[in-house]
Amino acid sequence: MKVTFTVNGRQAEAEDVWEGESLLYVLRERVGLPGSKNACEQGECGSCTVYLDGDPVCACLVAAGQVQGREVRTVEGLADGDTLDPVQQAFVDAGAVQCGFCTPGLLVQTHDLLERRARPSDAEIREALSGNLCRCTGYEKIMDAVRLAAARKAEAPGASAGAGA
Amino acid sequence: MAATARAVPRNLQETHAPGTDGIGASTLRPDGVLKVRGDFAYSSDLWHEDMLWGMALRSPHPRARIRSLDISAAVAQPGVYAVLTHDDIPGSKFYGLEVVDQPVLAIDQVRFHGEPVALVAADHPETARRALAKIRVEYEVLAPITTTAQALDVDANGYVHAPDEYKAHASDNVVHRQRIVSGLGVTDEVRAAADVVVRHDYEVGMQDQAFLGPESGLAVPAEDGGVDLYIATQWLHVDRDQMCPVLGLPPEKVRLALAGVGGAFGGREDISMQVHACLLALHTGKPVKIVYSREESFFGHVHRHPAVLTYEHGATRDGRLVYVEASISLDGGAYASSSPAVVGNASSLGIGPYVVPNVEMNAAAYYTNNPPCGAMRGFGAVQACFAYESQMDRLAAELGMDPVELRQLNAVEEGSAMPTGQIIDSPAPVAELLRRVKDMPLPPTRPWESDGGTDVRELPGGLSNTTHGEGVVRGVGYAVGIKNVGFSEGFDDYSTAHVRLEVVGGAPVASVHTAAAEVGQGGITVHAQIVRTELGVEQVTIHPANTRVGSAGSTSASRQTYMTGGAVKLAAEAVRASVLTLGRERYGWSADLVAGLRLEAGKVVVGRGEVVADLVDLLGDDAVEATREHHHRPTQAFDRVTGQGFGHVQYTFCAHRAVVDVDVDLGLVKVVELSAAQDVGVMLNPLSVLGQIQGGSTQGLGLAVMEEILVEDGKVRNPSFTDYLIPTILDTPPMRIDVLELADPHAPYGLRGVGEAPTLSSTPAVVSAIRAATGLALNRVPVRPEHLTGT
Repeated sequence: MKVTFTVNGRQAEAEDVWEGESLLYVLRERVGLPGSKNACEQGECGSCTVYLDGDPVCACLVAAGQVQGREVRTVEGLADGDTLDPVQQAFVDAGAVQCGFCTPGLLVQTHDLLERRARPSDAEIREALSGNLCRCTGYEKIMDAVRLAAARKAEAPGASAGAGA
Repeated sequence: MAATARAVPRNLQETHAPGTDGIGASTLRPDGVLKVRGDFAYSSDLWHEDMLWGMALRSPHPRARIRSLDISAAVAQPGVYAVLTHDDIPGSKFYGLEVVDQPVLAIDQVRFHGEPVALVAADHPETARRALAKIRVEYEVLAPITTTAQALDVDANGYVHAPDEYKAHASDNVVHRQRIVSGLGVTDEVRAAADVVVRHDYEVGMQDQAFLGPESGLAVPAEDGGVDLYIATQWLHVDRDQMCPVLGLPPEKVRLALAGVGGAFGGREDISMQVHACLLALHTGKPVKIVYSREESFFGHVHRHPAVLTYEHGATRDGRLVYVEASISLDGGAYASSSPAVVGNASSLGIGPYVVPNVEMNAAAYYTNNPPCGAMRGFGAVQACFAYESQMDRLAAELGMDPVELRQLNAVEEGSAMPTGQIIDSPAPVAELLRRVKDMPLPPTRPWESDGGTDVRELPGGLSNTTHGEGVVRGVGYAVGIKNVGFSEGFDDYSTAHVRLEVVGGAPVASVHTAAAEVGQGGITVHAQIVRTELGVEQVTIHPANTRVGSAGSTSASRQTYMTGGAVKLAAEAVRASVLTLGRERYGWSADLVAGLRLEAGKVVVGRGEVVADLVDLLGDDAVEATREHHHRPTQAFDRVTGQGFGHVQYTFCAHRAVVDVDVDLGLVKVVELSAAQDVGVMLNPLSVLGQIQGGSTQGLGLAVMEEILVEDGKVRNPSFTDYLIPTILDTPPMRIDVLELADPHAPYGLRGVGEAPTLSSTPAVVSAIRAATGLALNRVPVRPEHLTGT
């Protein structure tokens, strides 16, 4: 089958898609966006988290046909050109990236969290990221990164204090 | 955005590491931006025009004879380009890290559940899966050998490897044994000198590395008849050395390049799909990509050895250890992998960081029909640490002593003798590390009580809302461990680095080329820091790791900063010497002047920084380069009978304190805090050091309370992240880390390997805390809810 959808603001088209393929497979193997990761491909690790029409989902659990005509945003679509999103920059600065395989999913999930809740508590951060496995860091630097991103976003010009809180 | 030609990924070209900071700074990793942008190409991300998908058929039985194998229906399926069995292998049919005993594809029999039997290359993963399903294998299923006790009874159970094809050092289902005797050993007289004796059996389950990036790679056949493999591994050269005989190709035709590695933790020390992908690529003449699913990953790499351990500790009434008698049985599974070295570690480090006058230690690894076991972070020292630290707690209880004081009283220090006779000849601040974790403030009790309400997220069970504090008890536990750094027992464990300095675009640029596998630990970050320290340049370029440069050894054994960092240092020092020689030739510098010169900020300086020359002028159009090998000081094999010998390069120590809340009604554990103190010699990158200690501690926590591959009758029952649990961010507590820096005079910059020690003591500290909370014996890890409820 043929699947047409929007990804990171651009039209994408995949031909000869087998019906059993996932959105993750289409992104990684058919439209050249391997940033979303394939750590478990059964919805347990969160490394393939992408936005689907604005909601974070595991791309491995979405059948390719389900994205027809819909809008997908992946880790490759978080930065504004050469400028990293504050969440991306904070992960680099805090040392939250080691092997980096969990990072794309954590970035999208954190991005979503901070959209909904500008200054989350530690307990809220842990709850929001509990579906994203990381095997390298022990999560301490990830906690640091989320706190740092939240603080920077709050301080950024144009940030509305208490937004989403 | 159709799938047309794609650019070569940036990290397979070169990585720029600009900056001003040398060693000691928390420099950010140079691949970090690529990784957060999703632009860092891992081995599973690679793509090639016309590439095929490779896949393996694996045995559903742990032990069986193959009566027949019919591939005809699979070959006939449209979209299938190749179906290979062992008959199609051009060269040797076996590989192995230390013992060449593992078939590339099963030959007439299978020895473990998941052993590869045949390979398929097809135009789509689903085509390949369907072709695998059409391969007809007729098995004669045999009763598997599933315990080390069964393995010992060869008369009843037979052999995993028949005696006439036995390739390990020992015989009769034994892969390797090591005995260590010191002092008088453990005799009746020695026993009589002890006032208090504790003796217990312990058990450690099979842990998985569970790196997130699955085994994967892309093999591209080359015009010269060779093959280029882009791969995630821990040691490029040892992969190549095992692949060449199988492929029937010389080393120059088997070229490996490191793709992005999604974690390793020992699980990539052995070959997985490397040979399979190359066989398929060479057979079809097309690029072949293999990517394991998570389920296949559980079958596709070795695990941590499950262990059965018996320890007897004798001490005087005032708490001095008199003797330790110990036996450690490690289940090596169907193939040897690195079992011999794991036995060496388990035995030589197996009484812990304690002064023990009399020791009788016997450790062995056995062949069984369980999944093969080999390297995992902590490598043989983890299992023993759980047992000896549990013993120290019990001994303290018997003596009525504080468990930390008992440990401090018996702790090794610089100058102490290990049971192998090796004198510890650098700082060994075991007592101090214990003091530091004990002195840290304790977290508040009943953390779920907030503003008069209950925050269930702070309770065992969390948002499952299983308790509001009733039935919840707190415990605090301590543990300390000892790990070796580098390869031991006489292995010449060298690494190679090439450093080049030249002027590019009007600025001096240094480039570094090694074959060291960056698996996430931050090796390339440190290499750039070392070069900046030694050569005083801001622009550093890291070449991709590949087999065009000499071996770097393995990214394992906490060794890579020590070994490859040391090689980069040596090469950079040689480049600096050549630069100064150039100055003598060009500017007529005297020997006295040269002796005081340094390279800083792109200049040759003297004294307080007076500029003698600009590197740009001095170098001109010349490039200065050097390749150096770094060999650590030689070690010795352990004596086969007594275990005596200077076996280890360096020792490393970490101590933990764990605080837990346990819901005793439901058997749920919440680790409230996990604090650590570790001596790292000298920190080259503090941010990375903390990351290693926190990550290692968390893997130890996983072994304590959740992680185990369940094997029943030789079959793996939980090969998924649904059923094999690793700690989530909710399971992992805040970790307070105290880093001690006591330089090791034998090591480059005084550094001490960091990565593994925190994985050892974390497990027994958590279990000790659970025991303190519940009063239960808990002689097995992981501790499961039913162990706590007795149901």
